[in-house]
Formats: sequence, structure tokens, C-alpha cells
Amino acid sequence: MMASSYNAKEEDGQLSGAAGSGGVGAGKSKKPDNTAFKQQRLPAWQPILTAGTVLPAFFVIGLIFIPIGIGLFVTSNNIKEFEIDYTGIDPASPCYNCSQTLTWNSTKPCVCKIPFTLEQSFESDVFMYYGLSNFYQNHRRYVKSRDDSQLNGDASSLTSPSKECEPYRTSDNKPIAPCGAIANSLFNDTLTLYYINPNGTESLVPLQKKGIAWWTDKNVKFRNPGGNNFNLTAVFQGTSKPVNWQKPVYELDTDPENNGFINEDFIVWMRTAALPTFRKLYRLIEKKNNMIPTLQRGNYTLDITYTHFPIQCSDYPVRRFDGRKRMILSTISWMGGKNPFLGIAYITVGSVCFFLGVVLLIIHQKYGNRNNSAEIPN
Amino acid sequence: MDCSLLRSLINRYCAGEENWVDSRTIYIGHREPPSGTDAYIPQRYPDNRIVSSKYTFWNFVPKNLFEQFRRIANFYFLIIFLVQLIIDTPTSPITSGLPLFFVITVTAVKQGYEDWLRHKADNAVNQCPVHIIQHGKVVRKQSRRLRVGDIVLVKEDETFPCDLIFLSSSREDGTCFVTTASLDGESSHKTYYAVQDTKAFHTEQEVDTINATIECEQPQSDLYKFVGRINIYQDRDEPIARPLGSENLLLRGATLKNTEHIFAVVIYTGMETKMALNYQSKSQKRSAVEKSMNTYLIVYLCILISKAVINTVMKYVWQSDPNRDEPFYNHKTDSERQRNMLLKVITDFLAFMVLFNYIIPVSMYVTVEMQKFLGSYFITWDDDMFDSELGEGALVNTSDLNEELGQIEYVFTDKTGTLTENNMEFIECCVDGHVYVADAICNGQILTGTVGMDMIDSSPGAGGKEREELFFRALCLCHTVQVKEEESVDGIKKGLQPCGKSSSVYISSSPDEVALVEGMKRLGFTYLRLKDNHMEILNRDDDIERFELMEVLSFDSVRRRMSVIVKSSTGEYYLFCKGADSSIFPRVIQGKVDQVRARVEHNAVEGLRTLCVAYKTLAQEEYESVCKQINTAKLALQDRDKKLAEAFDFIERDLILLGATAVEDRLQDKAADTIESLHKAGMKVWVLTGDKMETAAATCYACKLFHRNTEILELTTKRTEEQSLHDVLFDLSKTVLRHCGSLTRDTVSGLSHDVPDYGLIIDGATLSAVMKPTEESSSGNYKEIFLEICRNCSAVLCCRMAPLQKAQIVKMIKTSKEHPITLAIGDGANDVSMILEAHVGIGIMGKEGRQAARNSDYAIPKFKHLKKMLLVHGHYYYIRISELVQYFFYKNVCFIFPQFLYQFFCGFSQQPLYDTAYLTLYNISFTSLPILLYSLIEQHVNMDILKRDPSLYRDIAKNSLLRWRIFIYWTLLGVFDAVVFFFGAYFLFDNTTFTSNGQMFGNWTFGTLVFTVLVFTVTLKLALDTQYWTWINHFVIWGSLLFYVIFSLLWGGIIWPFLNYQRMYYVFMQMLSSGPAWLGIILLITISLIPDMLKKVICRQLWPTSAERIQAKRQCLSVEPSTIFMLSQTSSRISF
Repeated sequence: MMASSYNAKEEDGQLSGAAGSGGVGAGKSKKPDNTAFKQQRLPAWQPILTAGTVLPAFFVIGLIFIPIGIGLFVTSNNIKEFEIDYTGIDPASPCYNCSQTLTWNSTKPCVCKIPFTLEQSFESDVFMYYGLSNFYQNHRRYVKSRDDSQLNGDASSLTSPSKECEPYRTSDNKPIAPCGAIANSLFNDTLTLYYINPNGTESLVPLQKKGIAWWTDKNVKFRNPGGNNFNLTAVFQGTSKPVNWQKPVYELDTDPENNGFINEDFIVWMRTAALPTFRKLYRLIEKKNNMIPTLQRGNYTLDITYTHFPIQCSDYPVRRFDGRKRMILSTISWMGGKNPFLGIAYITVGSVCFFLGVVLLIIHQKYGNRNNSAEIPN
Repeated sequence: MDCSLLRSLINRYCAGEENWVDSRTIYIGHREPPSGTDAYIPQRYPDNRIVSSKYTFWNFVPKNLFEQFRRIANFYFLIIFLVQLIIDTPTSPITSGLPLFFVITVTAVKQGYEDWLRHKADNAVNQCPVHIIQHGKVVRKQSRRLRVGDIVLVKEDETFPCDLIFLSSSREDGTCFVTTASLDGESSHKTYYAVQDTKAFHTEQEVDTINATIECEQPQSDLYKFVGRINIYQDRDEPIARPLGSENLLLRGATLKNTEHIFAVVIYTGMETKMALNYQSKSQKRSAVEKSMNTYLIVYLCILISKAVINTVMKYVWQSDPNRDEPFYNHKTDSERQRNMLLKVITDFLAFMVLFNYIIPVSMYVTVEMQKFLGSYFITWDDDMFDSELGEGALVNTSDLNEELGQIEYVFTDKTGTLTENNMEFIECCVDGHVYVADAICNGQILTGTVGMDMIDSSPGAGGKEREELFFRALCLCHTVQVKEEESVDGIKKGLQPCGKSSSVYISSSPDEVALVEGMKRLGFTYLRLKDNHMEILNRDDDIERFELMEVLSFDSVRRRMSVIVKSSTGEYYLFCKGADSSIFPRVIQGKVDQVRARVEHNAVEGLRTLCVAYKTLAQEEYESVCKQINTAKLALQDRDKKLAEAFDFIERDLILLGATAVEDRLQDKAADTIESLHKAGMKVWVLTGDKMETAAATCYACKLFHRNTEILELTTKRTEEQSLHDVLFDLSKTVLRHCGSLTRDTVSGLSHDVPDYGLIIDGATLSAVMKPTEESSSGNYKEIFLEICRNCSAVLCCRMAPLQKAQIVKMIKTSKEHPITLAIGDGANDVSMILEAHVGIGIMGKEGRQAARNSDYAIPKFKHLKKMLLVHGHYYYIRISELVQYFFYKNVCFIFPQFLYQFFCGFSQQPLYDTAYLTLYNISFTSLPILLYSLIEQHVNMDILKRDPSLYRDIAKNSLLRWRIFIYWTLLGVFDAVVFFFGAYFLFDNTTFTSNGQMFGNWTFGTLVFTVLVFTVTLKLALDTQYWTWINHFVIWGSLLFYVIFSLLWGGIIWPFLNYQRMYYVFMQMLSSGPAWLGIILLITISLIPDMLKKVICRQLWPTSAERIQAKRQCLSVEPSTIFMLSQTSSRISF
């Protein structure tokens, strides 16, 4: 396939001539070594990219890429995804009231219920995401505003967090744990899902909150200070909660395996998103048994319980910067969530390669032989 | 400004004001003149040290740092480094400080080492011993300790250590013989004369008693001009003043010959000697590639600045909304808020600069330096350029210019010792059409092409025999050769001793005559000596024949012939005349003119120097009238030359042609082949020589510089005497331009062979007239017209050149409007200034000392090695480094442009896309070795083919691989790839997950994905460009990809205790655990590589370069071995 020739050089006659006659004693010592490397005559494979050699490559790429692309595209299309925007911009939206700062009663958490209908049942495991847009988790000041050694359970970092955490480093002269802007802005809407039975009663869809963070993050990168001491209240003694939080970090959950720095919601949030519009895994809905789909088709309500934001006097406030909040339900295949890009791209590249292969074939046929034949008479 | 110059300035300054006069007074032997004359003022002169090095121990660090930071790149990195130190930037100062420190150190060490070598060479010269006279005794001293006024003893074959005034000689007549071969390239012996009044002082003691002062001008660079006066004090008389001229001045660099010893007094020392003044101050040479690199650098700097400006502006536009500037989740610190607005803008701008500064990589300079340094070893290692006779291979003095060897457009070569061996050889003679070849065994040389020639044995009858002997006698008599009969002599004619009957050595100002007389000796007629005005010849029968020498009608370049009138022992008067064929044939009335003419022409084509010999017998009365005529002419006070010429013209007529001779100034091995190759490679070859025109022209024919059909244009003093310079120039340019017009027509019809090409011959005097700026308005054009003529001539011969004139010519061509790349090659000290002036200077390690080799950029043992040097090494280096430069810019565009795009998605916050480790290591380790290796060993075409087919050199002429078009292509390719990487990853990440467990990736995974695609793409791009895959290439390319993967696994696999962030923890592994990430990486790499591959294939198919055609042919060959013979044919463009 590859037009090439191996070219292993022998020392052609001229070298022996130089070595011969007049070499004086001193001269011989100066004489360069006659190794293939030094003489730049290492045996080498000398491939040339010509139409003839590249042609098959293009066809092969085309033949491989198109089926892959089709496979990806089909897989992506089979994934079921449901998305609901609950920002509450539209006054008709049930969440409109809760999202308005002024009308918000700070004593009682605001709850809004959004009904929705799933047209199709979700057969396999369902993943529940929250999505934010226009939220710059990748802003430099934001990204670096954390202390990884504090989060790793380092005792000294707990009491004196890194300078990078400024201005979320201390409050009331006490070090903040966890410090920094990322932790401070932890997403705190609580989402619950109810299935409305055909008889009109609501039944809670069980949401599982473990397994949403990377295993390595949960078990290695994030650690509570004080080792195996489960009395987190004591461990976090002398630190202050992030200013935007209502509860200190050791009250995030009742389960000691999911509390403190190793709270999975917290860990997920701490992995800063690449782009300003992002989604983060919120809960898992596991398939219980093979007969019943995980989420049947039918009516559901999404309950959003807003948590009081001490300083802002509002819900998780994204509207100021034109942000959006979404809840996404999605099934997952081996290639992840719904993303037609990869499939389409594969199909396109495959087709283009195939087409280029044809073009090259034409060029090769038309001009290829001419080059060689025209020169040989010379 | 060189430090040596500086030093001489300082010395002069220190010497005080009295020294600021036009002349200097030298006290011979530092002896005070008797009272009554000027007071003895001790003057200071520089010592006799020659300095060619750039640095001293003390000024090395500051001067070298200054030189290095003068490079815009280094300066730029310094600035970036300082910025990073001062402000809060997205990346740490170590990322740019460390590489910069590394670069500066490596460069300094390299330059220091090179300078140390120069110091060593200087020391060798400066410490070589000389003999001086102190208190009547000979004392040995180091050369550098010589002072003005010292009396020096120089022995035979020693080189004069400084400029001297010749006081006395071991020869009775107060003369000495000197060769100035290493000064002006003339190897013939010249006679110098001792000062009349001191020539009687023969011993050390006597010489030490000389009481005299010398007044002479301050040093000046003209080798042939000297004006001075010597005042000799004897007893209490008034001093005797004698004029001194250049015949009394012995120059540094010249060698004493044929004289046992001389005494002389030092007048100019060290850097003030005429030889040193003919040096040019050394300035750092920059190659064309480096210049384009600097231009590109500026372009990239502009791109960088505009990127930073765009982002800064965008940032402030974007931030104008306070909810974006400071959303609830991301507050600024108080100090940040209070910062002055202007300061903020500047800080932001600089932070963007730092973020994007990798687009101009420090490592490119390291890699280029390393490539040059390591690459130059291939030159020194090259076995083909090793000369076993000399026991040395090529030397690289400056590795900065390797690639320039592939860009040469003009080659300026010295003649003597460079093109020729500087060794005349009698080849054959032809008597009445019978050819005699000298028996040349004693030189170990085998003569080819003697088939069908009559040898001596097959004598042509009795009458012929007589003519033949007469011819030999004529050659034995008609010359001005002197004989030196000494056993111990070790002259230039070593080869004579073993086969000569006596150990006599011939000396003459014309090497041709020596060769002829020697040739006769080999044919059986030995010229013995001139004794009592009788020339003695030992003939074949070992009898001595004596001829009385009556008159010598000496040679001049107008008549181009010489004659002698001798009286044989039988009392007959003969006139023998020898000269150029053109001056003999018209004067011949008898003889086999046609046969001889045919032979002469045949020989001339072979490049031999031919002379014709004729004679006539004179009757007694004829002789007497001739004698009278000559004597009256000689005595004439007015127009003596003219009258003499008339007399000679009258005498030298009605001759009988005897035959012709052919002498070869033996060319260096394969000189003609080399010159032809250079021509084919599109280079213009100029020969610059101090030699006289006829000799030089003959050499040019011999080495195929001029062909038989070359039309010679002469621009010489002879012609300008007849016509004005102005007219001559216009005539010539008209001729040439006419040819130009026809050329374009003919190339269209493919008949380029029939077009006569032009060769120009110009001499030094005319050249200076052309170059001299005069007041006339039209004269400014002379230079232009001259250049125009030169441009259209395939070969130019400049003869009678002074060393500085050679440099001037080089400079003139260098600065002409096309700015061609020039190369100068020479072997003697007279070539040094030209070697220094040209873009690339090459020294030949000649017999005439190492001056040229030491001052050159590259030194080779023989002229023929130039071919491989340029056609193979130059070509390779150029290809390699141009790819290196382009690739480096490309890969850094790929690297940085995604980061630029990312700013649009992270609120212009200078968030780096990649982790710090990746930012730092990208250029240092992930992508550095493959390109370095490529730039060291890439061979697009085999070296044998490059050598065989010089026209391939035209492929890369005029910096063709670094043209703007190609540069823009690479940059656009980089931008395209960067866009593919970034948006590919963007769409992959777009609001979805691509893991099978539903977990999400963060910004570092995004960056790592882009980076992985980036590293693989740029490495594979290089793999696509590599056309010479040795095992090392495989090892390095696949190895560095593997290294990247292993490094990433390791970097993300551990919680690194010394880092204050763990952002990369398991990022790489998580990414690899996702199937779509793999598919995405493969997809993006493919998309990035396809356009370039396509472009390559289509260009190769539709518009192949000659190198690509050759490659294609090689492909055919590997299929069909039967076509192997066609390969040697050069491909032409006709097929297209």
C-alpha cells in the first residue's frame, strides 16, 4: 500500500578511496568515524505521500467512519431526554413568585411545583441533572478560588486557608471551611420528583444521591479533616461556614458518608464546568426491576424547594446575569448523553473522505501517469 | 566595532598628542640618534598581537549578554519574564524564566567555547618564536612581544612576523626573494631590496651598530603603497637621508624564499600591519533563515499583541454589566476593586500577553541553536570531505550559517590555491604538428588522452629532428628563468629532485616559464645556467651547448610575447620568440601554421595555457641594425616605451613557426566538475584573483567557468584606455541586454542551449573606476550598469584585485537590490576580508597558512568539497531548518489559539485552558524532540541524487521554503487545526455528558481533551512530513507520544504533595475511560490532518518540484530496475 523503498546503503566505493593511500599517523586519528549515523546514511524507510498511496487511506477512513457515525447517530437518537426550565422568568410560570426577591418571605422556604408530562417512558436508568446557563464557573478568579489541601482534609489548611480563597477566606475572623468562591456559591435548590398516578395521587420518585461524583474525588481528593472522626462538628470547630450557606458544611447531610467535604453534591459542584452553560449530575433514578420502566410515561411534578440565601435575600439568584436553571432527565448509553454531534461529524468526515478519495482517484488517473511518462524520454 | 580596533584606538590615545601626526619616527634598535637632532621621544605602538577573538575573559559576560539580548526574541522573553514577576498572571514566572535562563546559558557557553578556540589560534600565532637582535646577539622572543624599532632576523622560509624595513640580506647584492602568496595570492618570487646604505651590515654585531631613524607614514591598508625615509647617522656627519619605498617593505604574512637570512627593522606591528588592516572587523553574521525567522517573529508579536488587545477590549465590553463583572458567586477582593482603572487595563493586557506568550516559543531558539550546533557535526564527520593527504576533514567555525549554505546565489572564489593547485605543469608541446608529451612519471601523474599522439621515439625524419631540437633549444633559451643550485633547497618544486639530473631549482617571476624549462629538461634539454652572459644547455647527448645571450626583448602584456637574441657557438644569430598564439601567428611567414593552430585551439579548449614558439635567423648585419635600433630606443628620453615597442615590433616579424607548448596550472581535483555543478545549481561563480588577466582567464577556461561558446566581455584598463569607461559600459550592457531579450524567446522554444552565455572579465583598476563615486552626474549609474551586466553574465572574472577590493565586490553584490546570498571561498590571507564580508565565508586549508581557514565560517580541505558542502549539506540544512521554523510557529498557533478562543467562553478572565504542567512542557518535552530530530536527520532526497543532480538546488533558492505564502499557509493550517480542536471539544462537551455513568467533566478535562488532540495532531503532522524514517525517528515520534500519555497518567495519578492544587487529579484517566472521548480524539485528529495531507498530495501531483519528481522516479525505480540509467539525467521543466 504505502509506496516506499528501503534503502540500506552500502559504503559505495568512494569511501574506501579516502581511507587508502596517504593517511599519515596524525591524519588517521583525525579521520571521522565511518558510522552510518555520522555519514547520514542510516537505513531508512522513505515513504512518499502520493495520490496513489493516500487514496486507499481516504477510502478506508470513509469506510470506517461512516458506519461508526451511523452507529453513534442512532445511539444518540435512542437516548431519551427531557428538559424543563424552571427559572421562572415568565410571570405565568409557577416559579415566578419564588424567583422574585421582593415578594419572597424569608422565614419559610419557597416551594414551587412544575407539572410536566413524559410522552415516552424511560426504560433504563435515568439521570437527573440540573443545568445552569450564563454561569461562569470557568472564570479565572472563580476557578482558582479554592483550597485543594483544605478539601483534602489538611488540618493546617483548614485553619488557615490559601490566599487564593479571597475574598471568601475568612468571615468574622474565622477561617471559612470550605473556603473560596466555588464552595460559597454551592447550588442549593432542592429538586424532588413526583409521579402523578393515573388515579391522581402523587408518589415520590426515589432519587439516589450517591454515585454522582467521581469515585476518585469522593474517596481520595476530598477528605474530611480529622481522619475517621465522625464527629464533624468537633472537627470543624473554629471555622466559619461560607457566607452564602445556611448550614455549615458538617450539616450538609445526615449520612456521615456523605457529609462534610465528601458530600457528593458539594464535590460535583466543586468540579468547575468548562463552559458557561453546563449541567451537573444531581440524582440517579435506578431501574428497580426489569418489567417496569424507570420512569413511566405520564404526568409528573417537579418540586423545587428554594433555600434561603442569607446575603442575597433570594433563591439561587441566576436571573441577575440572565442565567437559566433547568432540570434534565436523561437516559445514558455507552456513549453518554444525547449528543448528535459526534455521529454527524463522523458521517460527514467519512463522506468527505470518500469523496476526496474519488477526486484523488480522478486526479491520479488523469495526471499520475503523465508525470512519469513525460520524463522518461529525457 | 571590534575590540582590537578599540584597543588600537586606546593605544593611540594613550600615546599622547604628539603621535597624532601623519608620520611616525622609528629609532632602529631603539638607539637614540646623536644629539643635534630631535629629542628622543619614546612613542607607544601596539604590540605585535593579532586578535581575531571577540571577547576577553573580563568583558565576556556583559558583552555576551548584551549581544544576546539584542536579539528581539531574547529581549521579548526577558520582558515577559519580568511582567510575570511583577503582576498577577495566569501562569507562573518559572514557565518562562527557566527556558530563558537555559537558552541564554547554552548560547553563552557555545559562543564562549567558539571564542576560546579563536583565542587559542591567536595565541599560537602570537607566541610563535621570532629572532631579534639585542646588544649584538640573537635573542628568541615571542612574536607578540615584538616592538616597533626592533631589529629582526628572519631565516629562509620563515614568515615575516610584522611589517619590516629590509636592512640587509645574506645575499651579496642586498636583495631577497619573497612570496606574497598568502597576502595577494601571487606565488611567484618577488625581489625586494635592502636599503643601499645598510646592506653591507651582514652580522648581528654589525647590524646592531646601525644608527638610523626611519620616518614613515602611519599604517594604511594598501599593500602596494609605502612612503618613507631613512636617516642614517654616521660619525658626526649630517645624516644621510634615503627614500624608502614599497620595494624595501617586507609585509607580514609574506614568506622569505631563496635567501638564507635577512635583517630588518620593525615598523608596523600587530593590528597595524598591512595584513591586519586588510582584515575586516568581524561582525556577527546572520543567515537569511534567521532574518525571516525574525520577521515572522514580528508578525507573531503583532498577532500576539492584537490578540491581547482584542481580549482586553472584549473583557471590558463584557464586564460593563456589573452582574457579569461581579456576579454574586464571584466577588472581587477589596484591593482589586479599588485598583486604578488604567492600571487594571494595563494589568489585564499584560496578563493576556503572558497567557498567549507561548505563541512565540523560547524553545524554538533553543531548538534552532541545538539544531545548528549538533547539525554542524555532520559536516565535520563527513567522510567525503575528509582529505587524507592533509589528514583533516571539514571544520565548522560558526554553526549559525549552516542553512545559508543552501541559499547561495553568488560564489566568489579565489583562484590561486583554491581553484588551482598553484602548481604549473608542462603538458605537451607540438612541433610542426607532431605532439610530444612530457614524460611525467616523476610527478606520479598518469596522463590520459595521449592516444594517437606521436611520442618522442617516433621521430619525424631528419629535417624534422632538426626542427624539433631547435624548438627545444628555443624554449631553453627564450626565458628569464634564474637557476638556483643548492642541495639543501626545499623550494616549491619538490617534485624535481628525484628525477632531475642535478638538484638545481628554477626560479622565475612567471611560473609558466619554470614549467616550460622543466618540461624541456624532461624532454632532454636541460638549461643549466647563465654564466658570463652565456646560456648553457645540456642537450640529449649530455653535451653542453653554449649560447651567448645578446638581447632580451622582455615580455609585456600588450605585445604578449617575448624574444631573445642569442649567438650560437657557431656564430649564428638566432631570434627566438614565444608568445600568445594571437600575437605570433600574424608574424609568421613560414611553418606548419595550420597544424599548430589546430593543436593550439585544441589545447585551449582543454583549458591549457598555450604559447607559440617561432624563430628566425639573423645575419650579422641584421643583428647589428637591430641592436642599434634597440639601443636608440632605450636611450630615448621621450616616449621611450613607444619607441621600444616600435623597435620590437619591427624586429619580431617574418618569423618561422616552430611549434606550440601547453602548460597547465594544475586545477584542483574536480574543480571543473564542482564549478559546473554550481552553475547547474543556479549559482553565479565569480573568480576574484590578484593574478594577471591572461593566467586567470586560462584557468577559468580550464575549470569550465568560461565555455568555448562563452562570449567574453572585457572591461579592462586596456579597453578603457581606448574608449571612455562610460562608452564601454554602455556597449557591454547593450550587448548583454540584447542577449537577454533573445534568451526569453529561446527558452520558450526550448532552445536554451544555443544562446551564447556571457563571461565578463574586469580588472582591479577598472573596477575601482566603476565603483568610485565621482562628481559627474552619470557616474552614479556606472555601478548600476555594471551590476546589470554582471547579472546577465554567467561567469565573471575579476583579476588584479587587492584584498580589500575583493571584499568591496562582495559587498557591492551583497547590497545590490536583490540582496543575493553570497559565498566567498579562498585559501590565503588575501581572501580573509572577502571571507568575512560574504554571507558565508569558506576557507580552504591551504598550503599558504591557516589565515583563511581560521577566519572563515567553514573550512574545507579542497575546493571540490564545496560541492557536497552546498549541494548536500546546504540543501539538507535549509530544508531542515525551514521546516523547523515553520513547524514551530505552526505548533504554537495550534497550542495557543484554542486558549484565545476559550477566553470568549470564560468571560475574558485569562483562564488558561491547559494545566500549568502542560503549558510548560508542551514545547519543552512533548513536542520538542521529534522536530529536533527531524531537523537533524531529515533527507527528502538521497544525498547521492542531490550530488548528481545539482539543479535540485534551485528548488530551494531564494529562501523558497520560508516565503510569505508558505508561512501564511502554515499559520492558517495552525489556526484551522486550533479551531477544529477547540470547537470539536466544545461540541463534544456541549451541555451533555459523554461518560457511561452519567458523571460530568469539568474545565480541566476540556483542556486535557484539547491538549491531547493537539499533541497527537502536531506530532503526526510531523510524521507526515518526515520522509526519512530511521529507527531513531520511530523511536522519538512514537516515544514522545507515549511519553505524553505516561506523563499525563502519572501527573493525574497522584495527589502531588508539593502542589497547592490538585486540579488534574484523575482527569486524564477519567477522560480515557470514556468511549466518546476516544472517538472524539480520533475524529479531531483526522479532521486536522486531512487538509494538509490533501494539499500535499495534490501539489505533488499537479505542481511537483524537481525534488518530488526525483522521488517519484525513485519509486519507479524500485519497481523497474531497468530504468536506472535514466536517473542520471536531469529532469527539465519541459515536461510541464
